[in-house]
Amino acid sequence: MSNASRRKIISKIAESLCALAVVLALIPLVMILFYVLTHGLTALNLDFFTHTPKPVGEAGGGMANAIVGTLILISIASLLAVPVGMVCGIHLAEYSGSKFTSIVRFAADVLNGVPSIVIGIFAYGIVVLPVKRFSAIAGGFALGLLMLPVVVRTTEELLRLVPQGLREGALALGASRSRAVLTVIVPAALPGILTGILVAIARVAGETAPLLFTSFNNPYWSTKITQPIASLTYQVYVYANSPYDDWRRQAWAGAFLLVMIILTLSIAARLAVRRLERMNRP
Amino acid sequence: MTTTIDMDLPTTAPAAAPPVVPDTKPPAQETPVKIHVRGFDFYYGTTKVLHGITLKIPERQVTALIGPSGCGKSTFIRSINRMNDIIPDAHGEGTVEIDGRDIYATGTDVVALRRRVGMVFQKSNPFPKSIYDNIAYGLRIGGMHNRRELDEVVEKSLVRAALWDEVKDRLHSSALALSGGQQQRVCIARALAVDPEILLMDEPASALDPIATTKIEELIWDLKVNYTIVIVTHNMQQAARVSDRTAFFMLGRLVEYSDTRTVFMNPREKMTEDYVTGRFG
Repeated sequence: MSNASRRKIISKIAESLCALAVVLALIPLVMILFYVLTHGLTALNLDFFTHTPKPVGEAGGGMANAIVGTLILISIASLLAVPVGMVCGIHLAEYSGSKFTSIVRFAADVLNGVPSIVIGIFAYGIVVLPVKRFSAIAGGFALGLLMLPVVVRTTEELLRLVPQGLREGALALGASRSRAVLTVIVPAALPGILTGILVAIARVAGETAPLLFTSFNNPYWSTKITQPIASLTYQVYVYANSPYDDWRRQAWAGAFLLVMIILTLSIAARLAVRRLERMNRP
Repeated sequence: MTTTIDMDLPTTAPAAAPPVVPDTKPPAQETPVKIHVRGFDFYYGTTKVLHGITLKIPERQVTALIGPSGCGKSTFIRSINRMNDIIPDAHGEGTVEIDGRDIYATGTDVVALRRRVGMVFQKSNPFPKSIYDNIAYGLRIGGMHNRRELDEVVEKSLVRAALWDEVKDRLHSSALALSGGQQQRVCIARALAVDPEILLMDEPASALDPIATTKIEELIWDLKVNYTIVIVTHNMQQAARVSDRTAFFMLGRLVEYSDTRTVFMNPREKMTEDYVTGRFG
């Protein structure tokens, strides 16, 4: 057999293996979407989006309060984690070298690995216990802690990707270091940082464990951030464990909605980046 | 590649053989010294890359730095506006005086220094902003916010950088949409906008096509009326065309420094002659 044809055969085998791996990786995703959708479809109706849960024994009702609750929780989490995380990331990327920065980076990595239930207990200890009340703030705080390391490291990584030439260009014009960072480097990295933030949000939107003893749950319509608040994940957890068929169907619908929210956030992240990059580049 | 250098020089002496030029060079012109470097060493960590550089760069002239890759000419030019400060573990020793003041003296305001000493880089580096905002950047951080003043300086700088006619209708579109040569002229205009006294150019045309290169070179000729220009170049013809004085660097040492014609036509050192005639490098 000639060398060339052998090479072609090996190349074909490698290609097929890659294709197989892609299919294998995609199967679970497609199955999850399909499974969740078929089970929850019957419960996905207008009531699901506009009504609060009905008492036990009554059919119908929806998850309107949980949908809004989840949005409130991730807003609180973002308000806490994004500013702190970005400033931290900027520090790590632009002022690295000191011992302090390596400690911060290490701390962020450790925090990233802390199980979410532990974060929940911690938030319970410092936000819930002192006021003796579950609240949306406590839940948002716990989610924020989960987001924080992701925001820190994404910001850092993306700032490092900004070409050194831009940094030097700003300094050469007489910009101080912090000025260069704020006016040139951060704006240049912003599209990527925003994606990172949206991905971090998508990640914490699907968390249940940190909410168990922070925001707890609330079967009623509530938007007060000092009160317990419903969330999609918690509601799914409660309904999925219930003995009622109707509730279990709603749990599937809730799960489907969660997947859709996360998918939408990911797509939004991509679109946002494309728009911002169009402004940044020709 | 063999380098021919006789294209713009009036004599026709063959470069390969040491030309016998009568010693008629005029006594060194008494132009004031703008940059005076004395015994300057530079280290990356413990590696010494510049060895006791001493030279005087005259005011309002073009001084070219030539030499093979890695000879330290870029490191040297970046020492004149202390751009090397941002490299960790790098430091210089010796003095670099501008108008008689050592820029490495403690208490030097580096930000103020860099306003007086503009720099254009090898790779054009316009900010991902509009053309207008690129030019106005240095002015704005200097505290100028009056729209009319900004408009005026932006136009003046673009005119001086020979770019105004090409971009006047799209000042507010992204600078990154311009061609490579135009981007480099944006960078030059941006540096001129803050009205520096010295302009450092680190291979400003190395990434450009011949037409864009010609434009940059013509620009350098025009600019030396107002600015002291130091230019690093790999292109010997370019050095011969644009510069008044030429410094030849080799392995971190200044081998020869004289007026450009002497360096190219009648070099003192064998090494210089070999380099400018293309025998190595």
